[in-house]
Amino acid sequence: MATYTMKEAKPAPSGSKGIIFWLKTNLFSDVRNSLLSLVGLYLIYLTIPSLLNWMIFDATWSGTQDEVVNSGARWIFIIEKFDQFIYGFYPEHLHWRPNLVAVLCVAFLMALKVLKNNKTKIVIMLLFPFVCFILISGGWFGLETVETEKWGGLMLTILVAAVGIIASFPIGIVLALGRQSDMPILRTLCIGFIEFVRGVPLITILFMASVVLPLFFHDGIEFDKLLRALIGITLFQAAYIAEVVRGGLQAIPKGQYEASEALGLSYWQGMILIILPQALKISIPNLVGSFISLFKDTTLVLIIGLFDILAMVTLTNSDTNWLGYEVEGYVFVTLIYWVCCFTMSQYSKSIERKFNTEH
Amino acid sequence: MNNKQLPIDGKGFLNNPQHRAVFFQIIALIAVIFCAFYFANNMFDNIEKRGITTGFSFLDNTAGFGISQTLTNYDDGTSTYFDVFIVGLLNTLLVSILGIIFASILGLLVGIGRLSNNFLISKLSLIYIETFRNIPILLQILFWYNVVLAALPSPRQSMNYLDSVFLNNRGLLIPEPIFESGSSAILISFIIAVAAVFYLTRWSRKRHDKTGEEFPLIKVSLAILILAPTLVYFIVGQPISAVYPELKGFNFRGGLAIIPELLALLFALSIYTATYIAEAVRAGIEAVPKGQKEAAKALGLKDHVILSKVVLPQALRVIIPPVINQFLNLTKNSSLATAIGYPELVTLFSGTTLNQVGQAIEIILMTMAVYLTISIVISLLLNWVNAKMAIKGR
Repeated sequence: MATYTMKEAKPAPSGSKGIIFWLKTNLFSDVRNSLLSLVGLYLIYLTIPSLLNWMIFDATWSGTQDEVVNSGARWIFIIEKFDQFIYGFYPEHLHWRPNLVAVLCVAFLMALKVLKNNKTKIVIMLLFPFVCFILISGGWFGLETVETEKWGGLMLTILVAAVGIIASFPIGIVLALGRQSDMPILRTLCIGFIEFVRGVPLITILFMASVVLPLFFHDGIEFDKLLRALIGITLFQAAYIAEVVRGGLQAIPKGQYEASEALGLSYWQGMILIILPQALKISIPNLVGSFISLFKDTTLVLIIGLFDILAMVTLTNSDTNWLGYEVEGYVFVTLIYWVCCFTMSQYSKSIERKFNTEH
Repeated sequence: MNNKQLPIDGKGFLNNPQHRAVFFQIIALIAVIFCAFYFANNMFDNIEKRGITTGFSFLDNTAGFGISQTLTNYDDGTSTYFDVFIVGLLNTLLVSILGIIFASILGLLVGIGRLSNNFLISKLSLIYIETFRNIPILLQILFWYNVVLAALPSPRQSMNYLDSVFLNNRGLLIPEPIFESGSSAILISFIIAVAAVFYLTRWSRKRHDKTGEEFPLIKVSLAILILAPTLVYFIVGQPISAVYPELKGFNFRGGLAIIPELLALLFALSIYTATYIAEAVRAGIEAVPKGQKEAAKALGLKDHVILSKVVLPQALRVIIPPVINQFLNLTKNSSLATAIGYPELVTLFSGTTLNQVGQAIEIILMTMAVYLTISIVISLLLNWVNAKMAIKGR
């Protein structure tokens, strides 16, 4: 009779875990993959060290421009011109006003979260833009008036984006409802407007607003440059918001519309109480996406002569004491835009994920 | 039982939804017409007061300014504003088409790289996408133009590749092909080759339907497309030659010069749009259910057949609509060239011509009409593609 002896258990194959294993499966699994990895590593080797050197290790962070000895970025330029990048030509002794508005905005958002009473919320929402406007432009309550020509920099960028999104939102919703309505004339008008605006570049609308719009009104009615740009941007954005909201409206099951009618609600009651809350909720990710493009598109106002933060790069470089600092300026502005847009897009993705788990 | 109908308490005209619809629409129409009338009235007043001429007769006037890049015959002294319009339009189309080609290639590569099982490539693609799509396109255009291209050396110190391609701060110089007599034969042979490939495709598809036999279509078609014109080229006696750029004094003579504005615009537009195309490609391929690939493998199909017959047809249905939208966006974004002075439609027409003529309404309407036409053509194309690709239910 044969005897069977138990075999010793072998140790787990070496390299089914650990760095080597990871490298083997993820980077060097076969010849093609290895070649690709090497190309990738070479790309990293080309860009990252020189970029880090330029931005951090060889950079000049303080001192005057005579002391610049390193070959890296000269951030002293940004530090010197920082106020101009943020406030434009806004008088220096009045910088507290935009700062106060920024603080108020944070307080406003917190208040909206904390407050429970809807009526107070709506009152605050309606009052807040006026408070901000009065604080920035002045002319009331003994505040010194600051003409819009002096507004600029990041402040102007945020202002244009904020006005664009807030003013275009109600117009966009009305356009979306009009496009979805059963009334043929109304629908045609809305479709015509939306498709026209979406078919042309923003820059032509801005040109239209800045050159043609004044021709449409009596001589007495004067628009300043900023207002014209804002009108153009608002109309442009409204068409895009309308399409986003329409997507939301179409996603609402027909039963919801019928149920609201069955309850005896009027059109507006049904829309405001039942349809729009659901439609807007599911369009939030796309609305954020649309806001990101608006935020990026605000740079276009420099073409019609407003001084947003991007225009400040050229402007600060026209100072004869500080010539040839474009690179630092562009990189600084790029970082600001990138951080803002990236944060917003991550936020929109997180909302999307949150909604996805619900069903 | 009381069968008497309930009294309708609101007997007013507006309580009938149909009447109400008509009423509101009439009000809306009146409001729009009133606004249009008011604006038009003011407009004519203002135009008269400022002494601006109206109408499109300005198009026949001589423009009299130079343009740095013209695809048609344009003469500073004699060409009219209409010629300027055409030059601008062609330059817009040129940068759009080139941009679309580069953005598609780059976007496709990055989109596939994003799905690669190579960790490094996938992450590098992600970094590329997240970096460039979050920077405003205008900023990118200005950066390429004012920083990167401005830092290039002067013509005398040009970067030199094989003595035929030169890069300096006045642009990129490449050899210019010269077509002598006989080159039309090459073109004709190419057209014949295309037609042959077309019929070959139909024939092989029919044969495949009948017998199930595969025909190496792609290899044979490529061979026809490349070999036929090449053969004709040598038979006719090599009628195409090239003029190489040469440094004469302070600048280059000969060769095809690509102005730095076009380079900056192409770089920025393709890099920016490619991020969106890459995302569309990734989303499209990910949208194909895993079971489809597994089922195809279970049927014993080879990897390239799975890709071409199972994955791609389903992925393309998701990929193509957003990509075509991005093509339209790229075309619209090309109008930002006005910030760096590339002579396209907005720069030449809404910029220079508007400044000289002052007829804002006509000029801006013409510019808008061009972009509207382009976008209508592209959306018709999109509808056609959607109809063609729709899943055909039986």
